[in-house]
Amino acid sequence: MSTQPIRTDVTIVGAGPCGLFAVFELGLLDLKCHLVDILDRPGGQCAELYPEKPIYDIPAISVCTGQELTDKLMAQITPFEPTFHLNQMAESLEKTADGWWRLTTDIGTVLESKVLVIAAGGGSFVPKKPPIKGIEDFEGRSVFYAVRKMDQFRGKHLVIAGGGDSALDWALNLQPLAASVTLVHRRDEFRAAPDSVNKMRALVAEGQMRLEIAQIASLEGADGQLSGVVLKDKERGEWPLACDTLLAFYGLTMKLGPVAEFGLNLHENLIPVDTEKFQSSTEGIFAIGDINWYPGKLKLILSGFHEAALMAQAAVRVAYPERKIRFQYTTSSTDLQQKLGVA
Amino acid sequence: MKIHVTDREGGEHEVEATNGWRVMEIIRDAGLPITAECGGACACATCHVYVDPAWVAKLEERGEEENDMLDLAFEVQENSRLSCQIMFDPSLDGLKVTLAPE
Repeated sequence: MSTQPIRTDVTIVGAGPCGLFAVFELGLLDLKCHLVDILDRPGGQCAELYPEKPIYDIPAISVCTGQELTDKLMAQITPFEPTFHLNQMAESLEKTADGWWRLTTDIGTVLESKVLVIAAGGGSFVPKKPPIKGIEDFEGRSVFYAVRKMDQFRGKHLVIAGGGDSALDWALNLQPLAASVTLVHRRDEFRAAPDSVNKMRALVAEGQMRLEIAQIASLEGADGQLSGVVLKDKERGEWPLACDTLLAFYGLTMKLGPVAEFGLNLHENLIPVDTEKFQSSTEGIFAIGDINWYPGKLKLILSGFHEAALMAQAAVRVAYPERKIRFQYTTSSTDLQQKLGVA
Repeated sequence: MKIHVTDREGGEHEVEATNGWRVMEIIRDAGLPITAECGGACACATCHVYVDPAWVAKLEERGEEENDMLDLAFEVQENSRLSCQIMFDPSLDGLKVTLAPE
């Protein structure tokens, strides 16, 4: 379902803090950016792992949370009107006949740009998969880690594993249309929104939903079709529970994913770059932030900001080699202040 | 000072331990395969270990946040800990842990 290619100056893979700040540095040099991120919102690890955790080493900001940093960066780049392509993963990369990078996402968005910036951090956030023997044989048919279409689960006997908002939300949303819902969690406490927990407990009390305080020991079934799960806990041992579908919600983990296939001579799953331009082994493809590697690299957000600034200087020369580049300060340049909408 | 780490294949490693380091950091510094995705912020559950039963009582108890994060781990047992939440000190010389499956 490929769509019409979108042409822009720069495509940025990853909308974490480094990708966002790159929009700013590139914007000052008049380069327009499109960003791709697998998460449903900008912020990367700051949004997914530590939205409420404090960060103390952003220059001049004594303390801010991951979410506050994201919000501040989003405000800072507003004048440059970046376009976000969220909930999608950069999947394949090729060069067009006329020398543009064509990046296609897993849902068919096609972005063409002269410059590609990989700011993908530790890779794509993907669901954690339980280390249960043989689970991969059932994945996509009767074991799922996300819900794309609710109707797929109509009339099913569902086991939903996990104790956070995803598990609770889907248990509540799917309960009216499933044949049965059993929520399986390791303890009788839930990290989810209190309202969801209350609704779940009410359904369990009414007999509309089952709750098992247990962990999944193994799966039963054949040819990709689950017939049940075996639950376990320390006191009760193991016991079977019939079901035809398992939905497992144990949070997300980072996997490098298709970027590994972009031909960038990876060094231990990182992209080697020079420290002048933060360019990879391929001209026009830059890497900044946690995903790059060079001697002395420190995985700090502030390092990624520096990398973004130097990358932008090189990127504009790739995108517009004929342009004469003037180095300016935002403090004194009316031109930069106009771009920022403050002059 | 040392800690003893059993990897996921059953291999045993004696690892030099440093006072004041997190056990996760000691394991990571030794080059053993611990993901520790969030770097020690108690935000990911990818530094999950089992503490040898003989040592469990010698550790500070799990905090509430650690217990919450263990919801995102697999095969959680009574001796499950997030190793980023165990601060090493000389009283833990000889601590034995096993890397949990992932």
